Amino acid sequence: MKKEPVKAKERDSAARVRDFEEVVQVFSEAEALREAARCIQCKEPKCVSGCPVGIDIKTFIGQMAKKDYDGAYFTIRRKNNFPSICGRVCPAEYQCRKACVFTKKGEPFASREAIGIHFLERFIGDYGAGKALRVKAAGDDALSRVKVAVVGSGPAGLCCAGELARRGIKVVVFEGLHKTGGVLRYGIPPFRLPRDILDLEIDSLKKLGVEIRTNTIIGRVKAVDELFAEGFSAIFLGLGAGIPSFLGIPGENLCNIYSANEFLTRVNLMSAHKYPAYHTPVNIGRHIVIIGGGNTAMDAARVAIRLQHMNGIEPDTTIAYRRTEIEMPARRLEIEHAREEGVKFRMLVKPEEFMGDEKGFVKKMRASRCELGEPDAGGRRRPVVIPGSSFEIGCDMAVIAVGLGANKILTGVTPRLKTDKYGDVIVDPETMQTSIKGVFAGGDIVGGEGTVIEAMGMAKKAAGAIIDHLGRKAD
Amino acid sequence: MKITSREVLADSQGVSIVKLVIQSPAIAAKAKAGQFVVLMVKEEGERIPLTIVEADPGKGTVTLIVQEAGLTTKLLAGAKAGDSLYSIVGPLGHPTVIKNYGKAILVGGGVGIAEIYPVAKALKGAGNHVTVIIGSRAKGLLILERELKAAADDCIVMTDDGSYGRKGFVTEALKELLERSKYGLVYAVGPIPMMKAVSGVTRPFGVFTLASLNALMVDGTGMCGCCRVSVGGKVKFSCVDGPEFDAGQVDWQELSSRNSIYNEKEKHICRLRNAG
Repeated sequence: MKKEPVKAKERDSAARVRDFEEVVQVFSEAEALREAARCIQCKEPKCVSGCPVGIDIKTFIGQMAKKDYDGAYFTIRRKNNFPSICGRVCPAEYQCRKACVFTKKGEPFASREAIGIHFLERFIGDYGAGKALRVKAAGDDALSRVKVAVVGSGPAGLCCAGELARRGIKVVVFEGLHKTGGVLRYGIPPFRLPRDILDLEIDSLKKLGVEIRTNTIIGRVKAVDELFAEGFSAIFLGLGAGIPSFLGIPGENLCNIYSANEFLTRVNLMSAHKYPAYHTPVNIGRHIVIIGGGNTAMDAARVAIRLQHMNGIEPDTTIAYRRTEIEMPARRLEIEHAREEGVKFRMLVKPEEFMGDEKGFVKKMRASRCELGEPDAGGRRRPVVIPGSSFEIGCDMAVIAVGLGANKILTGVTPRLKTDKYGDVIVDPETMQTSIKGVFAGGDIVGGEGTVIEAMGMAKKAAGAIIDHLGRKAD
Repeated sequence: MKITSREVLADSQGVSIVKLVIQSPAIAAKAKAGQFVVLMVKEEGERIPLTIVEADPGKGTVTLIVQEAGLTTKLLAGAKAGDSLYSIVGPLGHPTVIKNYGKAILVGGGVGIAEIYPVAKALKGAGNHVTVIIGSRAKGLLILERELKAAADDCIVMTDDGSYGRKGFVTEALKELLERSKYGLVYAVGPIPMMKAVSGVTRPFGVFTLASLNALMVDGTGMCGCCRVSVGGKVKFSCVDGPEFDAGQVDWQELSSRNSIYNEKEKHICRLRNAG
């Protein structure tokens, strides 16, 4: 008989909606060993090809099963600098776990039986951090004489910095905000990625010799050419996706209509949920509507319902999405968690207009019902509005979580840096080099929004190309 | 991020306006007229935008002028020389387009007077004939009069209560000027009702009118979308598309209501502070 998958323990939903503490608990050693033992160590493991950074999943799970946790940690770290982060936020059900031999053919995402690779990665990541296991920077004389600038301290920038630093390259990371981590800190809530974990992972980079300068917006305070003039031999742009998209419907600028970025930044980065001890305010509606179906929408909804609970408001937070649950791009776990926490879902709903009161505060949303039409270019079935199906939902707060566009602060002042019609930086897909020699890019500023691990995948590729580039220069 | 000097410019009728000089060589080296910084007073603080009034690349300092309104501006205005800010980032926003417009009028109301000062100097430097109209509720609240008189060709002072200069609103003086002569630019900074009134006055004369908006912001780099404002029916972000916009195209009602989003919360936190 096949062994039952081990599910990570989770905090009870009634308790967890009252704070921002982590929801999913780390495996105990016994659980980790039981789950690792389920892996059948395929001769040709497919899971590895499902990982955007190519972690040798088979080997690390094999080491775990033999209780060689140090070995497993270093196996992961060969490919991924941030196992504790990725083990928590990777959409494993679309990646390694979907490729797992235990996933049934034709499933849209990983089957329940697929190995809990992300939980195992997280166990090992936390173990390594707890034991302060350290990857040492390899001394390479040719490379240790050069320095590289990394713009942005989000997943792409941090990953690139880590890859370069472990080869002995001096790296300076420039971050525009007052704190590091980019979307990992302003976007992803602490109940999914605790701040001490994030800080530990960033500290491990500093221990590798990476220097981080916050409050420094490249493109404003320094131009790309000035970085070269200051002696940086190469530059990596991990700018992230900046500008929030809106729906473009009437009433969208009414008070208490937030972009997900603003709402999450106020809470995650500025601790608005601790107002007035922290000074950044955020409003909390009695009836909150979140528009969108991605991870950001789930994060916004789960933050919103927590704020309602914490402020003694009868919780009423609804996610409105144009398609059905199966098309939602969010992680399945996040959808499940949101539902457990009391977030309501209204599918096949397309917002048409927001209406407000005399003071300009939103009061209701008018929307249409949709049905699913033909699949679009991406293979997802397109929502088609049913004529005459218009209806109203009362809401005194709305959060728009429908994606992000490119931030133009740097690209706008760097004409030599070629961008596409979306404002994304154009790169050579083999090397991630931009139209400027020695300038590389990765993450959401290349090809639009993706996941943390995809950003890291690009950053790793760029780091490899930067090392080649520097090697050639050093010769 | 050290505050090198602090000076009280006005303190009257419960309104206090303070000038702070802050050590920030990187920002000072790049700042241009019309740009702003986003700063935090302390780690628990908010991020707020403030216009750069003066930048001295030689000394590596930027000058900010702040009027006490909410908690953050109170904390900032209460800081002492020698204190350090938790963070400051900039310069942000597009600089004012400085060119020869011929004759220009700059209208500053209240603490907005601080914001027209760098633009007045830059326009004067570009060969414009510069008239400034500055207004405040009363004499005790008027700032930078001496500096603006030195920077501009003409300086008209208006006070609401007639305690100094002429009695009345800045728009009255503006209208008279526009009736008498041709101007290439009107530039206005002040409370929203004042900027709205200025755009109303200039519209019939067809004179190019810019206003520097004071929308709420968080990051200041286009990421949060908090500062969105409708201009000519299109949604713009004040932080990256502005802060200056064609005053005749701005939806002032929307800006005014969006800026009131946290009024209740502000009152609450200020009451708590006062009680504490």
